[in-house]
Amino acid sequence: MTQQNRISGGQIDRSRTLRFTFDGVAYAGHPGDTLASALLANGVRLMGRSFKYHRPRGPLSAGSEEPNALVELRAGARQEPNTRATVAELFDGLEARSQNRWPSLAFDALAINDRLNTFFTAGFYYKTFMWPASFWEKVYEPIIRRAAGLGSLSRQEDPDSYDKGFLHCDLIVIGAGPAGLMAALAAGRAGARVILADEDFRPGGRLNAETLTVGGKPGAEWAAEAAAELSAMPNVRIMLRTTVIGAFDHGIYGAVERVSDHLPVPPEGKPRQTLWRIYARRALLAGGATERPIAFENNDRPGIMLAGAMRTYANRYAVRVGESCAIFTNNDDGLRTATDLQAKGVDVVAVIDARSEGALLPGIRHLKGADVIDADGRLGLRSITIRHAGGRTETVPVTALGVSGGWNPNVNIASHHRARPVWNEGIQAFVPGEGGPPGLSAAGAAAGVMSTHGALTSGQQAAMAALGDLGIRASAGTVPDAEDAPVSITPKWYVNSGKGRAWIDPQNDVTVKDIKLAHKENFTSVEHMKRYTTLGMATDQGKTGNVLGLAIMAGLTGQTIPETGTTVYRPPYTPVAMGALAGRSRGKEFKPFRLTPSHKWAEEQGAVFVEVGMWLRTQWLPKPGETHWRQSVDREVLATRKSVGICDVTTLGKIDIQGTDAGAFLDRVYCNTFSTLAVGRCRYGLMLREDGMVFDDGTTARMGENEYVMTTTTANAVTVFRHLEYCRQVLWPEMDVQLISTTEAWAQFSVAGPNARRLLQKVVDQDISDAAFPYMAAGSITIGGLRARLFRISFSGELAYEIAVPTRYGDALIRRLVEEGREFDAVVYGTEALGVMRVEKGHVAGNELNGQSTALNMGLGKMVSKKKDSIGMVLSQREGMNDPDGYRLVGVKPVDPTATLTAGSHFLEIGAAPVIANDGGWLTSKVHSPHLGCDIALGYLKAGDQKIGRRMRAVNLLAGTETEVEIVSPHFFDPEGERLRG
Amino acid sequence: MAEPLHALTALGHAAPKSLAIGPVAISERFDVALASLAIRNGRDGDVAAAAGKAGLPLPDPARFQAGTPFSAFWVAPGMWFVEAAFETHEDIEAALKPIFAGAASITEQTDAWVRFDLGAPDLQPLFERLSNVDFARSPDGFATRTVIEHIGCYLIRHGKGAVTLYGPRSSAASLLHALEVTARSLL
Amino acid sequence: MIIHHPILGPRDSQEFVYLGDASLMNRPDGLTAGIEAFHDYLYNRDNPAGEHRELWYHEQGDRSWLVVTRNTVTHEIVRVELARDVAKAAGRTK
Repeated sequence: MTQQNRISGGQIDRSRTLRFTFDGVAYAGHPGDTLASALLANGVRLMGRSFKYHRPRGPLSAGSEEPNALVELRAGARQEPNTRATVAELFDGLEARSQNRWPSLAFDALAINDRLNTFFTAGFYYKTFMWPASFWEKVYEPIIRRAAGLGSLSRQEDPDSYDKGFLHCDLIVIGAGPAGLMAALAAGRAGARVILADEDFRPGGRLNAETLTVGGKPGAEWAAEAAAELSAMPNVRIMLRTTVIGAFDHGIYGAVERVSDHLPVPPEGKPRQTLWRIYARRALLAGGATERPIAFENNDRPGIMLAGAMRTYANRYAVRVGESCAIFTNNDDGLRTATDLQAKGVDVVAVIDARSEGALLPGIRHLKGADVIDADGRLGLRSITIRHAGGRTETVPVTALGVSGGWNPNVNIASHHRARPVWNEGIQAFVPGEGGPPGLSAAGAAAGVMSTHGALTSGQQAAMAALGDLGIRASAGTVPDAEDAPVSITPKWYVNSGKGRAWIDPQNDVTVKDIKLAHKENFTSVEHMKRYTTLGMATDQGKTGNVLGLAIMAGLTGQTIPETGTTVYRPPYTPVAMGALAGRSRGKEFKPFRLTPSHKWAEEQGAVFVEVGMWLRTQWLPKPGETHWRQSVDREVLATRKSVGICDVTTLGKIDIQGTDAGAFLDRVYCNTFSTLAVGRCRYGLMLREDGMVFDDGTTARMGENEYVMTTTTANAVTVFRHLEYCRQVLWPEMDVQLISTTEAWAQFSVAGPNARRLLQKVVDQDISDAAFPYMAAGSITIGGLRARLFRISFSGELAYEIAVPTRYGDALIRRLVEEGREFDAVVYGTEALGVMRVEKGHVAGNELNGQSTALNMGLGKMVSKKKDSIGMVLSQREGMNDPDGYRLVGVKPVDPTATLTAGSHFLEIGAAPVIANDGGWLTSKVHSPHLGCDIALGYLKAGDQKIGRRMRAVNLLAGTETEVEIVSPHFFDPEGERLRG
Repeated sequence: MAEPLHALTALGHAAPKSLAIGPVAISERFDVALASLAIRNGRDGDVAAAAGKAGLPLPDPARFQAGTPFSAFWVAPGMWFVEAAFETHEDIEAALKPIFAGAASITEQTDAWVRFDLGAPDLQPLFERLSNVDFARSPDGFATRTVIEHIGCYLIRHGKGAVTLYGPRSSAASLLHALEVTARSLL
Repeated sequence: MIIHHPILGPRDSQEFVYLGDASLMNRPDGLTAGIEAFHDYLYNRDNPAGEHRELWYHEQGDRSWLVVTRNTVTHEIVRVELARDVAKAAGRTK
């Protein structure tokens, strides 16, 4: 198709043509175009549908404030909904589709909502979907869900990657318009480290959209030269396509850089977007201003847009919105559009000026004291109706109307720390108030300084003030000549005419009527009004419409605008893709993996791995012919109990504790005593929280007079270390204790079973007979001369050891153990078999260490020494935690050995109803014991120690299971411990 | 006595891995022994004297200092990591303990870490995507703990084009993956 | 947030773990104080709108526990000290 609305000039590259489609129709544009400018050049004004009424809509703006022209970009997995056509850069092959319409953009079935508009007023949801309650789930919610949302998701995985990064600077300048460029020049020339960020792909801000001159040259040219000078400075970083999305505490700014959004597909290896975390010592908000409309009946027709946007399309993109246009304004800036368009040869039919005073534009039909009261043309503007100063009405055919109600400084980021913007009577708009982010100031239009010369000057001054704070000397350069016109505006928020609807927030379909209804129903505070009408709650966050709404409310309540106040803004400034927030942390890269020393060997054996925190541990090792995990696990357990089994236990936390007070320190962090432990011995330790609940457990060995090695559970390795540092630094700083984690420094394997000693004796250099290395011995040994550690401890109830070598030798050691173990039919077992054996032995683990259980609950109450002070000792004596009928750890067996147990089941007396009053406790861990040939479990049972031998029911209402069980001792296996001392 | 056990690198190979991605060279180092050294309460003077005599540097906070045979970097108040050649000091703990004779707590750390040395004309573009460290303004000899893709690491800046990273050994593959992906995104 | 570490200078609060009120430093002696005193120590807190002393741990840094004085209204951090120094200055010997 021809670009029939393309006019002369502009900052587009006419030497290249870009092909694209919109709703399947092919069009052409040029580099430098946005999707919106290219569509307008091709005579397409209709680009979307509104959310509630499905009204046909065209672009209202030429920037990121756009509420109407939301489209789906790209196809397949890269399809992205709710993209603003006004900022989407055109590329060759771009596919775009309209959204929130069916079957087509021009004919949308749900536009019936528009006819039913009296029904869909403010508070519609609150009033309509209330009764009857039974309708909510079955009727209302499905209807709302179907109607809700604008674009649609691809429902496929995003094929692109996203990145994160960190930047540091003395000064971040937000916005590369005249104020921002001037500030960056001042700071850059002074040698400060500067980041200049702008959401646009071209620096210059409004200078690209105006015909104004700066320093005697076209503004866009001055901007390009300033940007070139800045680019050459090594201390300045210009970040285009980068939106600063928020100000966070202490000078941290978030920014999203759209690295590849302007390309069909990101280049190989490149992210699509990068989320930057910017540490800035000072910040300057030079984000410009956003124009606001004046509301009148049917002011949402495609072809009606902000006057400044119409000027942008003409001057920057060389596009006229229609062949004949009119301007409706209450301020001088709107007049610029009329003169610029006329200079470009566009037919300006009339300028409707709400103000009665002031000079008339030469050579243009300039109507003073007039209003636009209506617009016609459902799918595209055909005519407007003017009410002249005397009250006479006139309908004028036009295809484009530019509207200007004044400009609102972009105060958003300045109010991210809850600072309330303050009203500036001179420009009839809010400007940044006190109490914003410390270190951030504003300049240019963002600060309410609306002239070009004012922007240049205030940018320079603000930069110098910021650098002055940092002790960086900057010299004031010359400020180039530029227009310095004062703001001339007479407030006008809406045109009071007939009974029709006048839009304030076009995306959420909030009209003047809705504000009036909110007032009538007493939702008059701005916060109530916002939530009642949904004003400003759409994807554009009300950048163009909010001020209108509260100004109208002010008029209705008889208050001034400052008295009425405004809502404040929160991050992000513009919508952020979830992918950018996630960065690389997706799928398998969600978190790093931790691999055990035996990982490579286990992988070769076809092991099944389980994620334990970040660790990948061997869960079981299937042998050929085993088709069910139980076959593998049962075999591993039986072989270990029969002869010997090997398990990688490196993941348990290991903490090296040294110092002359190491023993005394352990006495305070464990509830039992360690200072009396002999060198070369180890002991089971129980660690409490200060509230008396069990925190962690493990074995701690005394390796030397002042040297201990503590082990923690895998899950608590980090939190125990943190806790010990807290005890050492905060509670008892006078103690001589030093800590270091050695979890990863040693590869540690458990060797358990009747033949454990015989196997290890083949491997180690020293005599480890029972006499030389008795139960609970610990010490340094060697393997072929290599330093190693041996601990005679057992989690399985078998004769068992844990042997450790420096991690690089871990792979060799497991291969050695397997090789030397062949004569004993040694197995390597995984975490499942480990779990089976510890339940058979009645050892507590994660399910029992649930943060709500005391030593007494676990049957370990006697371990809490009251002869010494230790964390949790005092509060563990509280009455409620010492109830003789409280929970006790018990063993559980099904009465029928073929019955299955379900973890999480609750204990009930035979015949008792399954109600909370009869709840006796719960079953914490369940395994199948191949040794006993039935399911077994541990559980917490009220007065459990008095109920050994009793029959009860284990009931799980969620799983729908019920099993008759016998309460037994938790020590299913070798209760006397003869095997482990063997 | 049994046969000696063979050693594997943190990445699971017999020999350390080196690779180049554009201008960035990444070399796994397998030849450095590491130990923590922490001053026992009130023994600052003894430790300083012993270290001085042994030629072992104890640099200021957030600093690395090279020496022979021992180099060191600061990790916490009163605590350093000491480096030495693995070939001569495999049992670095046994080598250091007599020097400090109970004035310091010494713990072997060699295999708790994987070490990558990175080289490029300028590593700033890489590290601004990996870590919140202000790499450009950090002096040579700067040493700090930092987080790289959720992995706690020690970063030592030897120059703008030379960095040593120590990461947890078990996460060696994940850390290398993060370095590779980021280096590739800069091509 | 940025915490100005007394040794390491400005560091991102992401590197830290927050514990709570710095009154947790004042742990009673378990052999002389009773349940009441421990209960008060562990559970009773002031909740000031204004300056609040709190414990932060530099887990991804030098493992120092810090006492951070933060204004809960403005988030301004007015003072950062090593908890060990604060505890020693308070004469904690047990």
